[in-house]
Amino acid sequence: MGGWTGKLLRVNLTTGTHAIEDIPVAWMREYIGGRGLAARYLYEEMDPTADPLGPENKLIFATGPLTGTPVPCGARYMVVTKGALTNAITTSNSGGHWGPELKFAGYDLLILEGQAPRPSYLFIYDDRVEIRDAAQYWGKGVFETEDGLREELGIPALRVSCIGPAGENLVKFACIMNDKHRAAGRSGVGTVMGSKNLKAIAVRGTGGVDIAEPEAFMKAVWEMRAEMQDNPGRKSFTELGTAATIDLTNAFGGLPTRNFQQGQFEHAEALNGNAVKDTRMVSNKACFACTIACGRVCRLGEHSEKYMVNVHPRNWKTAGEGPEYEAAWALGADTGVGDLDAVLKANWLCNDLGMDPISMGSTLASAMELYQTGVIGDDDVETPLTFGSAEALVRMCEATAYREGFGTELAEGAKRMGEKFNRPEVFMGSKGQEFPAYDPRGFQGMGVAYATCNRGGCHLRAWTPGPESSTMDPHTPAGKSEWVVPEQNRTTSHDNTGVCLFVAGAGGPMEKIAPCVSAATGHPYSMDEVLKIGERTWNIERLWNLRAGLTKADDSLPKRLLKEPHTDGPSKGVTVNLEFMLPIYYEARGWDPEGVPSPEKLTELGLASL
Amino acid sequence: MSKVLNIVPDRCTGCMQCELACSWVQTGTFAPSKSVIRVNVFDEEASYAPYTCLQCDEAWCMSACPVNAIAIDEATGAKVVIEASCIGCHLCTIACPFGTVFTTPKSDTATKCNLCGGDPACATACPTDAIEYVEADRAGGWFEPWTERVNSNYVEAATGAN
Repeated sequence: MGGWTGKLLRVNLTTGTHAIEDIPVAWMREYIGGRGLAARYLYEEMDPTADPLGPENKLIFATGPLTGTPVPCGARYMVVTKGALTNAITTSNSGGHWGPELKFAGYDLLILEGQAPRPSYLFIYDDRVEIRDAAQYWGKGVFETEDGLREELGIPALRVSCIGPAGENLVKFACIMNDKHRAAGRSGVGTVMGSKNLKAIAVRGTGGVDIAEPEAFMKAVWEMRAEMQDNPGRKSFTELGTAATIDLTNAFGGLPTRNFQQGQFEHAEALNGNAVKDTRMVSNKACFACTIACGRVCRLGEHSEKYMVNVHPRNWKTAGEGPEYEAAWALGADTGVGDLDAVLKANWLCNDLGMDPISMGSTLASAMELYQTGVIGDDDVETPLTFGSAEALVRMCEATAYREGFGTELAEGAKRMGEKFNRPEVFMGSKGQEFPAYDPRGFQGMGVAYATCNRGGCHLRAWTPGPESSTMDPHTPAGKSEWVVPEQNRTTSHDNTGVCLFVAGAGGPMEKIAPCVSAATGHPYSMDEVLKIGERTWNIERLWNLRAGLTKADDSLPKRLLKEPHTDGPSKGVTVNLEFMLPIYYEARGWDPEGVPSPEKLTELGLASL
Repeated sequence: MSKVLNIVPDRCTGCMQCELACSWVQTGTFAPSKSVIRVNVFDEEASYAPYTCLQCDEAWCMSACPVNAIAIDEATGAKVVIEASCIGCHLCTIACPFGTVFTTPKSDTATKCNLCGGDPACATACPTDAIEYVEADRAGGWFEPWTERVNSNYVEAATGAN
């Protein structure tokens, strides 16, 4: 056996005990690993109705069989838990170097249970596992925490994942950050870690990942690398990063602007891939084993004195990563801010304070709409929350992480904030999670993808703008559900392997990855089986959500997308026809009209006993 | 003329494919901790620097070894550890001015770059040509402009100038 280590580390933070366990071989084969395997454990072990911020919630870090191997972009780990933002199962993915290091320490999975009695961090050095006092790091930013741990433990090669002040202060959309600028970003996984009083997980692994069939494995790796080398998608990611997507979405009227009030942003060119590359970028940066290097390292240089706030992450003077597409949109177009320096500062504040820039930007945009419509006024806020205000953007990122002033409201996310001010319609999201950077009125298929995603509004489960900008009519609902279902299965299976989803658009589709999984693990995976595993994972997540109390009513979209079309631009006059797409989606999934998986479907997927 | 590894830090993205390839060839597993090429990351300088043995003409590791366990590979000029002879005294790791002789955790013997017998896996694996295996007179052209830039960054950081 290879690829997998076959072991998991279970740590109980309440009692301070830990155990190393074998993972059932049948489960590894049935789920490949990562997201699916973790969902299987969560389903087995946890009451889905538990409070996400209570000790009953479990926090699982999961790598895949290809994490830590030279398969291009085999860097990923998944955080699987009950989301603080969504009250649904969440599966938050991150790259960098931390996931591979956990694997080198000997573990496919890390399961955290309970709640530490005081601020603590977890130190893992191969089979040495310690829960240590984190008093000196509590309150510190992500950058300082990582550097501090490396110095305290005296291990230069240490890899750190941690929360920032936002996680400590239970901001509902706090991230778990690793390698300073990489994030398991969405649904409040950092909030869950904060509720467990766990500041950081510091890992050093000196073991290796073994391979079942070395010759076949290296052949499959080099075939995939050769394919990616000359792929135009790969070249674009390398040259312009993900922010190149701004040009695409803006052209289709699908770049949500000012809290989805418009579909095009007049300052889009100030934030796109070329703007970043030509004005602020100094270097590419790759995650572990990545042959794309979409990461942008930027310097503010002489512009570092703009928009000063109370905290000053060190890298404002030197260099830091970002912005990528989603952050550039949420902190830029969605708040109406067209100043790249303000967006960069806000992005770096989110990274250092440990917050999801998508939810941060989108929640601020919702608050700006409340301010625009007079629901809140100058008495409620320290700085006018005017759309386009760069000062407000940077300051409110800080105020949110520390829950200062109106930041306390923002820290709850747009859904809870909107409800508090009796304006639930300002929340642009589903299942409590703010949407990312695609307006479904510009790309109809995103409507059904958003509404049905198990973790709430998400762009990583079925990216319809690809086909909708090339081979499909972006404004018709026909054919969209039929495309979304298998795509969700494919991306889910992809997440299970430990390979970054971006390779799919860069010449490394699942057809190229499956042979790598087979050779690494020694278990032959056909494409049919791979897609079935994605479907199995999707369904077990769905079953978990249903047990948590979610219903068909949660597969919904805000009124704005369903009833209020844009008045100009390429997506003028279009609304989202979810009423048409959702029943087709349920049918394609083999679910009943209420969105419950049928007994036949569960039997087909081997889930009948659940 | 013999060939050498020409490492160009400006092209490196910090992906560690070289460490993976090295550990695979040297130990048969993907374990960066066992690699004899290492990538140093200076993240706030946006700089990544792979480093490994320079195969010095005057090799202090060889001079320091009390049991002649480091020999020259006639084909490549690489200084190669003869594992069966190594007594694990670590003197070579201290003698090396560049810190590129390592020890193997379990056996405690010395381990260092042997140029993979003339086909270095790190150079093959590097996706950005930051590591090339070239004739010695073609190496090193990047060095002066690079040190100049890195030094000026440090001066900026030290003086607070932008």
